[in-house]
Order: sequence, then C-alpha cells, then structure tokens
Amino acid sequence: MARLHPNGPKPAQITAGRIGLYVFLVVAALFFLLPLYTMVVTSLKSMDEIRLGQIFALPATLDFSAWATAWSGACMGTVCVGIRSGFWNSVAITLPSVALSVFIGAVNGYALSLWRPRGANLLFGLLMAGGLIPYQIFLYPMVRAMANIDLYNSLAGIILVHVIFGLPLVTLLFRNYFVSVPEELCKAARVDGAGFWRIFFEIMLPIAVPMVVVVSMLQFTGIWNDFLLGLVFAGRDNLPMTVQLNNIVNTTMGERTYNVNMAATILTAIVPLAIYFLSGRWFVRGIAAGAVKG
Amino acid sequence: MSIKRKPNLSATIALLPTWFVAVVVFIGTMAWSIRLSFTNSTLFPSSTYVGLAQYSKLFSSAKWLASLQNVLIFGVLYVAGCLLLGFLLAAALDRKIRFESAFRTIFLYPYAMSFVVTGLIWQWMLNPMLGIQASVRSLGWESFVLDWVVNRDMAIYALVLAGVWQGAGLVMVIALAGMRGIEAEQWKAARIDGIPVWRIYVSIILPQLGPALAAAGMLLAMGVIKTYDIVVAMTNGGPGNATEVPAKFIMDNLFGRQNLGLATAGATVLVLGVIIAVAPFRYAMHMRDKAKGAA
Repeated sequence: MARLHPNGPKPAQITAGRIGLYVFLVVAALFFLLPLYTMVVTSLKSMDEIRLGQIFALPATLDFSAWATAWSGACMGTVCVGIRSGFWNSVAITLPSVALSVFIGAVNGYALSLWRPRGANLLFGLLMAGGLIPYQIFLYPMVRAMANIDLYNSLAGIILVHVIFGLPLVTLLFRNYFVSVPEELCKAARVDGAGFWRIFFEIMLPIAVPMVVVVSMLQFTGIWNDFLLGLVFAGRDNLPMTVQLNNIVNTTMGERTYNVNMAATILTAIVPLAIYFLSGRWFVRGIAAGAVKG
Repeated sequence: MSIKRKPNLSATIALLPTWFVAVVVFIGTMAWSIRLSFTNSTLFPSSTYVGLAQYSKLFSSAKWLASLQNVLIFGVLYVAGCLLLGFLLAAALDRKIRFESAFRTIFLYPYAMSFVVTGLIWQWMLNPMLGIQASVRSLGWESFVLDWVVNRDMAIYALVLAGVWQGAGLVMVIALAGMRGIEAEQWKAARIDGIPVWRIYVSIILPQLGPALAAAGMLLAMGVIKTYDIVVAMTNGGPGNATEVPAKFIMDNLFGRQNLGLATAGATVLVLGVIIAVAPFRYAMHMRDKAKGAA
C-alpha cells in the first residue's frame, strides 16, 4: 500500500497489480454470469433464431411465448401441461417440510444441549452418522416401509422423508446454538416452576429466532432444489419442479424446444434465486453455518 | 454440567421421534440394505444368501468400475477446483475492491440453484451444434472445438466445469469470512517486513484458514459421493459410460433394472467409502477436542 501523507493528495493506487486484480475479477464475473445470460436470451428467442447457432446474440424481438409454454404447455413425455403443477407441488412439499423439520430440530437441539436426558450423546452420535451416509443405502427399505404404511407416492410421504433426512443437520445447528445459551437462564426458569415445554416456547424459541431464520433458509433451498428424494418418494402426482424440469428437457420426443427448456429452467431456479437476492446476508449465514458444521 | 436433578420425562419424550428415526430409519434400513447385498435378490427381496457373489459381480462390472474411476476424477478436480477458485476470488475481494458486494453476489448465486438446473444450463452452453462451439465457429474460427458433453474423453470435465461453477462461491464465502477475521496487526507486521502481498496470502493467511477450508472441502467431498442430479441432468451417464457415477449406478439397478442385490452391494461399498474417508478426520477432531478439554 502507498505511504500516506496526512496533508498530501489522495494516494493514487493504480498499479499494474491493481489492474490485474480487476481484470481477474471481471473475467471471473463474466464466467459466472454467462450461463445466466444465455439462459435468459435463449428463452426469449424463437426456434428459428436458435437454429442459427448464435448462443450469445441478443434476441431479435422480445418473445415471451416460450415462457408461457414452459409454464402451462410444455410436454413431459406425452403429457403437455407445463411446469406449473410442478411449481405448486414444490410449494406444497417445501413449506410443510421446512416448518416441521425446523420445529423438530429446534426441540431436539434444545433437549440435547440444555437437558441432556439419558443417551443424549448416543442419539446425537447416531444422528450425525446418519447425516453422513449416502441416501442410496436407505432408499429401498424406506420405499417398502412407506408402501406398507400407505405413505409411498404421497405428499405426506415425501414431506416425512424430507423431515427425516433434514434432522441431522437441523438438529446439529440448533444444538450448537443452544449450547452457547447460558445454562443459568434455564436453571432460573426451572426454579420459577417452568417446565420443559414452557421454557422452550417462552424463552428458548424467542432467543433462537435468528437461528430459525438461518436454518429455514438452508432447508428451504435444500428441499426446493432436491431431485433424488422427490423422484423416488413423491409419486407421479406430486413430482417436484426439479424432476418435472428434467423430464421436460431430457425426455422430449422430436425436436428439442430449447427456448421452452431454458424458460422452464429459469422458472425452476427463480424461487431459490429470489430468496438469495432478497435475503442476502441471511442466506449467506445459512450456507456458512451449514458448511462449517464441524 | 447437566441441569437435571431428576431425570426429566418431557425431554426424553420429546426426543422419542428422533430416536425412532436414528434407530429404525437410519440403522434399521441400512442393516436391511446390507443384508440384501448378501442375497440373490432381483426384483423382490430374497432370503437366499449367496455370500459375496453380488460383490464379485459388482467388481467385475465394467460400468461399476468406470463409475468409480469417474467419481474419483470428478471428485478430485471438483473439490480442488472449488477450493482454488474460491480462495482466489476471496483473496481478490479482500483487497479493498470497488463493487465488492456486487462481485460477491455474482460469484455466489449459482450455489442457490439446484444441480439439475446447473446441469441443464451447462448442457445448453456446451451443446456442440448450437452452443458456444457453434457461436465461436460462426465468428470465423472454423476449427474451434468445445464438444465436451458429447465427447467420451472430455464429458467428465464438462461435469467438473459445471460443478466448479456451482460450488466455488461457497468456498469464497467461507474463505472471505475467515480473511476478515484475521487481525490487522498481522498485516501491518508483514508489510513492515516487506513481504509481498501474494506471499502473505500463501504463507500467513492460508494456514490460518486451514480448518475452515478443510471443512468446506469435506462438505464438497461428501457431495461428490452423492453426485447424481447433475449427471442425470447433464449427460445421463453418457456418452457410453463416460460419466457414469456410483450413485447413479445404484439408482439404475435399484429402480430401473430391478437388481436389488447388486444395487445394495454398491450402496454398501459407498457407505464403506464414506467411513474410510471420514473416520480419520473425525478421529483427529475428537483427539483435538480431548486435548483441549484436558488443557
């Protein structure tokens, strides 16, 4: 850094290194933005224009018909109803899954860290191990068990599956959060006669609101973006948007309508992207918490 | 110490559903799957034990061996690529840059999108007939080739490219948070000693970010073992077996080919792989915590 003189002019910082730095950042930004740009322009082109093979060219006219088709007319195999139903399926799957898994995770974290009943450490260890193991080993027996209790291929079934597979991470994050809450707070409440649930609802849950937001963000994007579990457990009538999107793009017969495909792709990405842009800091905290889970 | 004087019934009851999930769902289904891997089950579970026959069949399957090799190549390059690019981006943003938050937003947004979306975007960009290749050729560079997704030798690198595009932002966020936590004193001392900036990042900053970057690398590696969506969306395992991965092999045999024994054997191998990969890391953490507790 240039030496600073209290009374001198603002130090000029344009050095070769500085320019190189900006060049690197701009090139990197182009690399990250290019796919988004191509998706958007492709979705606004007609197929005739796409066949010219100029993927980066701007569309000649703004044509939103591909968006309309993607939403309500695109074909999955022989059914042509668009990705609309997938959108509502994803909403119906994601909202209850997030609410339930966050609530149960918060109770778990609170019980495990502040009450520590018998076997708490064992339970926590088992959960963490379960969280590390690839889903594939659980799938077939779970499908059979869910079929036995009539939950396979149902909305309730896929929600239950998301709650189950979300438990390890959500419990971990809440446990780590509640561990840092002073125990005296809990002790004082007990002396005043409050029980397990009253302390949870009146003291601990209000304290944990920031964590609730962070974990909800993490779970929402995770569940919205899920593909595997939705594919296996949701059933034909409840397929989430990601699965329908893949069906539209990768199983179409005849010529591929790339403009419709790209519009459908953007529609699928738009909810998590909106969350990212609107919640910014919270989203970043969520993924950072999820990543550095120790 | 624990606050309980007498065992609290409410806390125990509140944890019962989680006990059920941990024991019945996680351990129970895993045991069931592992058991199936020793039987000759095909479409339906069978109780005829065949010892390690499914495993020897698995490891004589060209597709499985290809999938192991692919996931290894993909995993190493994807994790290394995300760590390297993420660290470079963080270091660049750490240099008091204008529009820092705009750059940060741009680098991280792909991470908000699913692997299915990521796979489809890059499938489109790399489409040789209509994508980047066609565009560059129409500019006059007739021999330009970027046909990764349809080229047997390059398809796996197309997956790496898409994966790094999606995941580098995560590493950037973690690294940048770490860099902001490093005291200004260290910078001053290093600058007074005349150490060039890049050396400070490599020799002073990087070692301090070690644990955070290791955690990020670990997380990415766990994702590698589960890699499924991005492959299905981008190449569906092709061309040939060029991008076949174990998670997809298992799913295909589980639900498509009705080959339960083989699929569960594959899943068991994956679980063993995770244990072998994670155990030393966990053990090191455990020992470190123990050492801390003793001090």
